[in-house]
Amino acid sequence: MDFGFKISPSSAINLDNVDTVKFEQLHDMEPDVYKCMACGSCTSTCPANRFSGMSMRKVILALQRGKEKDVVSMMRNCMLCGKCTMVCPRGINTRHLILSICRIYREDGK
Amino acid sequence: MKENIVIIGGGIAGLEAAGQLLGLGYKPIIIEKSDRLGGHVADWNCLFPDMTPAKDVVGRLIAGATEANIFLNTEISFVNKLKDSYNIMLSNGISIITKIILVTTGFSVFDASKKEEYGYGVYDQVITNRDLEHWFNTGNDRRIDDCGMNAVGFVHCVGSRDEKAKNPQCSKVCCITAVKQAIELKQKFPETMVYCFYMDLRMFGKKYEDFYIGAQRDYGIRFIRGRVSEVSENIDGRVIVKAEDTLSGKPVKVTLDLLVLMAGMVCNPDSTKVANMISLPIDSDGFLKSRDNVADIIDSPKDGIFYAGACTGPKTVPETLAEARAAALKIHLYNKTMQ
Ligand SMILES: Cc1cc2nc3c(=O)[nH]c(=O)nc-3n(C[C@H](O)[C@H](O)[C@H](O)COP(=O)(O)OP(=O)(O)OC[C@H]3O[C@@H](n4cnc5c(N)ncnc54)[C@H](O)[C@@H]3O)c2cc1C
Ligand code: SF4
Ligand code: SF4
Ligand code: SF4
Repeated sequence: MDFGFKISPSSAINLDNVDTVKFEQLHDMEPDVYKCMACGSCTSTCPANRFSGMSMRKVILALQRGKEKDVVSMMRNCMLCGKCTMVCPRGINTRHLILSICRIYREDGK
Repeated sequence: MKENIVIIGGGIAGLEAAGQLLGLGYKPIIIEKSDRLGGHVADWNCLFPDMTPAKDVVGRLIAGATEANIFLNTEISFVNKLKDSYNIMLSNGISIITKIILVTTGFSVFDASKKEEYGYGVYDQVITNRDLEHWFNTGNDRRIDDCGMNAVGFVHCVGSRDEKAKNPQCSKVCCITAVKQAIELKQKFPETMVYCFYMDLRMFGKKYEDFYIGAQRDYGIRFIRGRVSEVSENIDGRVIVKAEDTLSGKPVKVTLDLLVLMAGMVCNPDSTKVANMISLPIDSDGFLKSRDNVADIIDSPKDGIFYAGACTGPKTVPETLAEARAAALKIHLYNKTMQ
């Protein structure tokens, strides 16, 4: 598909083709996932971020953009310390969210 | 108490000021260019933040101003400055001598067809915030398909924060209007995916942030940070929108059944015309210039001439009404000093 200004076609996001089934499943378990305002507090406080690039903000975004593969590789580095939950201004229980993401996206995740 | 007070513009600012002046014992004269009172608010459906029906607000204001002298379909032909007053010649041939003028000429909605890359007036599925309010009111717009929209998008900052469009200002009300309209659409079409393309979300007012959280949490509206760069049409008449998803740093595109442009608030050319007739200055943002933008927003630099509402810049309804009340009091005090 011609994207007009393509750099690498694989990185472009086409929202028409994003399969939202799993994200909706996640939303049923974790209604607050919709509330993320992409402030980045979680990422800046995450001890795993420095060495692995783990970012809760990016995880939530990537799931909505159909980039599930990026999520799986990022989440491997989470230590479930819960610091992100402590700082989230929207009160999202991100630690719990991480566990739910693992549950839903695991089977074909990898 | 016999002093003439001329109010130019019968929008909510003019009506509220007239109502207050009547209460203070004056008999103000309202000059309204169009054939009805209420200005822009008379075109809206429900008002943020409490979804108050606009027609209730306008109806109440009109009821409070019926005792005023109201000229509809009337413009100002010219103004002569006399020694300590103004002689205002109206388009209906009547002339009024007054020492006090309240300018409430309001704003204009930015002409979205000027942003050619968005295709307003070219593609059928591209409408504006004003068109959508009109549809909420009348249910009448062939561009909106009541039974089968998969996806709808809102474009923030159309003709605002845009130097090329000659309007570098933020229009202030369109972020919250977009969120409000997105929720209203979602209520009508729960199955439709709704996207908002924004640069910043400016939720400055009372309860606006709650609206935003509600849009996310309760309605699943998707906010994409990035300015829409261009819009095109595909074979089946849907529109394709391109932007950068600046949060992920990747280009994003989506096909939509309806695209709503959040056209901004710009200075009304009719305000400028009036300002020229009475030699009032224009501020650097194109709106009428107040004596001081902090302490004296409702005073013009000229004695006896006052402002209220969106003629001095983008305002919400409560801000406009507060200014109108303040202007009425100011006029009352000014009139006392003249005696
Ligand atoms: C899409 C949109 C939605 C909005 N929704 C909301 C909302 O939900 N809640 C909220 O708080 N605010 C809302 N606003 C803001 C609101 O519309 C303004 O605050 C309000 O209209 C300002 O009132 P006004 O009387 O100053 O100006 P206007 O409404 O512009 O009225 C000016 C009047 O003066 C007349 N006039 C102009 N020039 C002349 C002249 N030379 N001679 C005679 N008459 C003249 C005009 O015909 C008009 O009747 C919205 C704005 C937009 C763009
Ligand atoms: S729980 Fe995981 S994502 Fe959250 S701060 Fe700890 S390591 Fe980072
Ligand atoms: S701290 Fe909360 S709101 Fe902010 S980006 Fe992280 S999850 Fe989203
Ligand atoms: S209020 Fe929002 S949409 Fe309107 S100009 Fe300002 S930032 Fe843009």
